Amino acid sequence: MRDVAVIGAGETKYGEHWEKSLRDLAVEAGLKALEDAGIGAEDIQAIFGGNMSAGSFVGQDHVGALISDFAGLAEHKVPAIRVESACASGAAALHSGYMAVASGLYDIVLVGGVEKMTDLPGDMVTDILAGAADREWEVFFGATFPALGAMMARRYMYEYGLTREQMALLPVIAHKHGAMNPDAHFQREVTVDQVLNAPMVADPLTIMNCSPVSDGGAAVVLASADIARKYTDSPIKISASVAANDYISLHARESLTKSPSTIEAGKKAYKMAKKEPKDIDLVEIHDAFSIIALIGIEDLGFAKKGEGIKLAEEGQLYYDGDLPYNVSGGLKAKGHPVGATGVGQVVEIVKQLRNEAGKRQVPNARVGLAHNVGGTMTSSIVHILEVM
Amino acid sequence: MVVPRFWRERRSRYSLIGTRCPVCGTVYFPPRSVCPKCGRKSVGKMEEVQLSGKGKVYSYTIVHQNVIGYKYQKPYVMAIIETPEGPKLTGQIVDVEPEKVHIGMPVHAVFRRIAEDGKAGIIQYGYKFIPDEE
Ligand SMILES: CC(C)(COP(=O)(O)OP(=O)(O)OC[C@H]1O[C@@H](n2cnc3c(N)ncnc32)[C@H](O)[C@@H]1OP(=O)(O)O)[C@@H](O)C(=O)NCCC(=O)NCCS
Ligand SMILES: [Zn+2]
Repeated sequence: MRDVAVIGAGETKYGEHWEKSLRDLAVEAGLKALEDAGIGAEDIQAIFGGNMSAGSFVGQDHVGALISDFAGLAEHKVPAIRVESACASGAAALHSGYMAVASGLYDIVLVGGVEKMTDLPGDMVTDILAGAADREWEVFFGATFPALGAMMARRYMYEYGLTREQMALLPVIAHKHGAMNPDAHFQREVTVDQVLNAPMVADPLTIMNCSPVSDGGAAVVLASADIARKYTDSPIKISASVAANDYISLHARESLTKSPSTIEAGKKAYKMAKKEPKDIDLVEIHDAFSIIALIGIEDLGFAKKGEGIKLAEEGQLYYDGDLPYNVSGGLKAKGHPVGATGVGQVVEIVKQLRNEAGKRQVPNARVGLAHNVGGTMTSSIVHILEVM
Repeated sequence: MVVPRFWRERRSRYSLIGTRCPVCGTVYFPPRSVCPKCGRKSVGKMEEVQLSGKGKVYSYTIVHQNVIGYKYQKPYVMAIIETPEGPKLTGQIVDVEPEKVHIGMPVHAVFRRIAEDGKAGIIQYGYKFIPDEE
C-alpha cells in the first residue's frame, strides 16, 4: 500500500438551502475541492460519493452517476460510485477513496459527501433517519433515532452519575466554535440554561442535545503521496483510515455506554498512524447527540470511562485548550447533512492543519483525528491526518 | 406492498420466539441463523426458544417527537427491556405514568396494537410492556 494525501478540500455552507438541490450542493462542494487542488474534473480517475438516503429524501438514487454527470464528467467515462453507511456514509466514501489510491488502482480520486434533508416535513425526516437502526426490531416498536440516543444517555447517567447540566457543556462548546465558522448551520453561542430549557425531544435529550437536520455537501481530492506536491505546497497525509462495525441494534449490545466499534477503529487507527491519543492536536468527534460524543471521547482513549465530561468541565475542549474538540462546530452547530458529515469533518481538519481556519484556528495543529459513526455507534470510522 | 414485511415477522413478534445457540448456550431475540460468538460451528444448528415475556427496564426515554404512526400516542415511553433469558428487547411501556418508570422496574410483555394504520392500511400488532403488579 502506498501513502495517500489530501490535495484539495471544499464544502458548501451547511444549513437550510431552499434554493439549492442535491446536485447543486454536490457539484458546488466538488468544484470547490477541485479548484483548491488546482485541477479540473477531467483530471480525476474515479469518484466515491457518500450519501445516506437521497432516494428517500428527494427521490433520487444513482447519486454517483448524477453527480459525476453534472460535475462535467459524462464525456470522460470516469467511474462514480455511491457509498452508504448511514450517518457514516461520508467517512465510508473517504475510506473507499483511500483504498482506491493506496492500492495503486488510481492516482487521483474525488471523494464527496452530500445530503439534501430539508425538503420534507420533520416526521418524515425522523422516519428516514430511523432507517439507520433496525427497522423491524427497534423502529417498528416506536424507537426514533433521538429515542435511541436518549436511552444511551439515560443508562450512562445511571451508571456514571452524569447530570444533564454536565452533558449540556458539549453543545455549549460546539456552538462556541460554530459561531466562528462561516459555513456552520448555527453561528450563535448558547448557554447551559438554553440547552436545559430547550424543548424536550426524547428525555433526557432536548433539541439542543441533538444535531439538526441540514443540507450540505463536502469534498476532498486524494492523490498518491508521491505526486501530491505537484498539486499543492501543503498536502495533508491520511495516516490512518479504519472502519469497524457492531450489532446494528442498541439492545443487542452488552453495554449502552461504550462503543466497541469505536474502540476497535480507534485502536487500529492509532496503530496504523503510529500515534497515541496524546499526539492528536484536534478531534472532530461525531456528536449527533451529546452522549455519542461523550462516549466517543472516552472510547478513542482521551479519557477513562465515566470521566470524559471532566475534559469539558476543565475547559480543555475549546479550540485553544489541550484537546480542541469539534472546532468546526461539530454536527451539533456546524450541522449534520448525514452523507456529507464524515467528509466535512476531514475538510475542517485539512483547513486546520494548513493553518487556514481563521478565527477558530487551533495553534500549531499538526495531527487531527476524525470520528464518524453510523447508527447508534454501530459503524465507526476513524481517520487520522497529518501535515507531511 | 408492505404487507408481507409485517406478515414475515409475525411469529416472533406475536409469540416472542427467539433462538438459542447450542454451542455456547446464548439466547438471541430476534432469531438469528448464526451465533455471532460461535460463527460457523452454529450454522444450521440454532434452536428455537420461547421467551417468558418477563423483564426489567434496562433504559428508557419519553418520546416527545412527532412520529409517523405514533402521533396520537405522544408522549410515549420507549424502553430497552432486559429479559431473564438473556436478550434485551426494544418496546414501549404502556399503562403507566411516564414519571413512574425507572431502571430496574419489573415489567412483562403484552400483545397490543403497535402503530396507527400506515400507508398500507394494515393494523400492526406486536409486544409492548406493562409494569408488574406491585
Ligand atoms: C432535534 C430535532 C428533532 C428538531 O426538529 P424540530 O423540532 O422539527 O425543529 P424545527 O425544524 O421545527 O425547528 C424549530 C427551531 O429550532 C431550531 N432547531 C432545530 N433543530 C435544532 C437543533 N438541533 N439545535 C438547535 N436548534 C435547532 C430551528 O432552526 C428552528 O429555529 P427557528 O424557529 O428560529 O427557525 C431534529 O433536528 C432532529 O431530528 N435532529 C436529529 C437528527 C438526527 O437524528 N440525525 C442523525 C443522527 S446520527
Ligand atoms: Zn454460540
